[in-house]
Amino acid sequence: MSDESAHSYWKGNLKIVLSLLGVWFFISFVCGILLVDVLDSIRIGGFKLGFWIAQQGSIYVFVVLVFVYIKLMDRLDAQYKDSSTNSDNAARGEME
Amino acid sequence: MSVQIWTFTFIILSFGLYIGIAIWSRASSTNEFYVAGGGVPPLANGMATAADWMSAASFISMAGLISFLGRDGTFYLMGWTGGYVLLALLLAPYLRKFGKFTVPDFIGDRYYSRSARLIAVFCAIVISFVYVCGQMQGAGIVFSRFLEVDLTVGVVIGMTIVFFYAVLGGMKGITYTQVAQYCVLIFAFMVPAIFISLMMTDNPIPQLGFGSQLTDEFGGGYLLDRLDNLSRDLGFAVYTEGQKSTQDVFFITAALMFGTAGLPHVIIRFFTVPNVRDARRSAGFALVFIAILYTTAPAVAAFARTNLIDTVNNIEYSEVPEWFTTWESTNLIAFTDKNNDGRIQYVGDPERNELQVNRDIMVLANPEIADLPSWVVALVAAGGLAAALSTAAGLLLVISTAVSHDLLKRSLMPDISEKQELLYARIAIFVAVLIAGYYGINPPAYVAQVVAFAFGLAAASFFPAIVLGIFQKRMNKEGAIAGMVCGFLFTAGYIIFFKFIDPAADNAEGWLFGISPEGIGTLGTLINLVVSLSVARFTAEPPREVQQIVETIRLPGEAMEH
Repeated sequence: MSDESAHSYWKGNLKIVLSLLGVWFFISFVCGILLVDVLDSIRIGGFKLGFWIAQQGSIYVFVVLVFVYIKLMDRLDAQYKDSSTNSDNAARGEME
Repeated sequence: MSVQIWTFTFIILSFGLYIGIAIWSRASSTNEFYVAGGGVPPLANGMATAADWMSAASFISMAGLISFLGRDGTFYLMGWTGGYVLLALLLAPYLRKFGKFTVPDFIGDRYYSRSARLIAVFCAIVISFVYVCGQMQGAGIVFSRFLEVDLTVGVVIGMTIVFFYAVLGGMKGITYTQVAQYCVLIFAFMVPAIFISLMMTDNPIPQLGFGSQLTDEFGGGYLLDRLDNLSRDLGFAVYTEGQKSTQDVFFITAALMFGTAGLPHVIIRFFTVPNVRDARRSAGFALVFIAILYTTAPAVAAFARTNLIDTVNNIEYSEVPEWFTTWESTNLIAFTDKNNDGRIQYVGDPERNELQVNRDIMVLANPEIADLPSWVVALVAAGGLAAALSTAAGLLLVISTAVSHDLLKRSLMPDISEKQELLYARIAIFVAVLIAGYYGINPPAYVAQVVAFAFGLAAASFFPAIVLGIFQKRMNKEGAIAGMVCGFLFTAGYIIFFKFIDPAADNAEGWLFGISPEGIGTLGTLINLVVSLSVARFTAEPPREVQQIVETIRLPGEAMEH
């Protein structure tokens, strides 16, 4: 793999990781801890929303995040495998 | 059949299974012994990771802790699952690509330094020992309560079983035993939960039952509302409201997450899959398998708490159910009739409260409290043992590889043959089992507390060093070593100060920024990061070959060979 496409692969990878970590931080620390009392004013069935996110919802989101990561990385890997002969394509594909 | 016969049956069957697997999966090379030959399918590795991860603390203690902490118990739930997101995104694929055997291996090679490797060996051994003692103790409690054997006999039986399959099979034996242990433990956890959920709310899914209406027999209304009202009436903290300060919950959650991602016995599991893609997949599967238990635990906590209050508060002591008397004999539940009215007053005010309930009882006795069939009660014993033994085996392997591979082969005796290395690995496991067993029988009083601190230490030492090693090409040995040492010493010092030197100051006013010792690992992590980055800025760049390695682990494609 050329230096250029290695570089853009790594950038694509970082973009995926950082955006998923953004969601990770938002759901657990922001919704589950910092805003939990505010969200508690909303009720869904027998649950207060903040309490539900803290003890249930955040865990479901974590699971989804890891599977989204698997999917996106597979796609990124495939992109660079197919276009390893043409690094320009790869770089462009990454910008989309 | 009585509970005891059922218990014997389940334990003998499950132990027979573990031994059978051990014989079938003997290890013949260091590669098999350390990383199961790198050929574990991702689904199996996910299950093994889940069993490795979910210890006696997750199985026996966590739901009980939550039922007494209410909403504050959240930090265990989010901390011990959210860490897997970090593990999957920041560590597992790159470490697999790096293709070595152990965490100190990575630290030693990435930071081209024997001192860094030895510091990592030291941290890995301290963290794993602290943790393994708790497991042996957990196994001992299950044996002594359910089989009514002496605690010592219980620990010795547990040690023998672990010893047998860990020494024979190494990582290969441990992996496939853990797959079986995951199945046993999750079945044992879910069956009583489903039963209780059905009984109390008519909903077979505990995660939903937890937010449903109670059946008429239990007084109707939403479960959580009822629990809040009961707590308020009896003077306990309201269940769905937080008591701890927001910043403390924030820091504890973060410390548990970073610690989870930095625990060597979890990281080492990702060295066992065939390639990088499978490392990502197995992290995903592991989190699913863990989430099944972790989303059920808060439901169990709420059910058990409601049921306990309903069952025991204000009833005549002479009319308590049978389980109450059995557990009284183990001192996990204790009644003192302060006002001599012959009734149990279970209230929040410590002056008037007459009932002391050990939190472990919430899972162990839950099936009995809910009056479930005796085979369900017996399942819990087999599940608790599976949880304790699987985690103990994973930890013992870390200790053994740290000694035979990192300390002997890579540092002190580089000339030993593979056969000798394998022999040393087996001897190291043997010695580690003996030491762990000793502490299981004679537990230092603070084991339970110290286990929680293992996370703070892992967070402040390994996590930043590994993440920077992957994401900062410029990170050098000076930075990493300074960071690990500062993070570890700061965190250990803070904990030792509040737990052993000045326990009187261990309260929100005494703490630094209102952060409890449980949450200080987060600050330790930050200190590690800041120190590493600043020291690295003023010292020489890492050698060209090392930067090359970092570039290679960032590329797509196959892992380097073991």
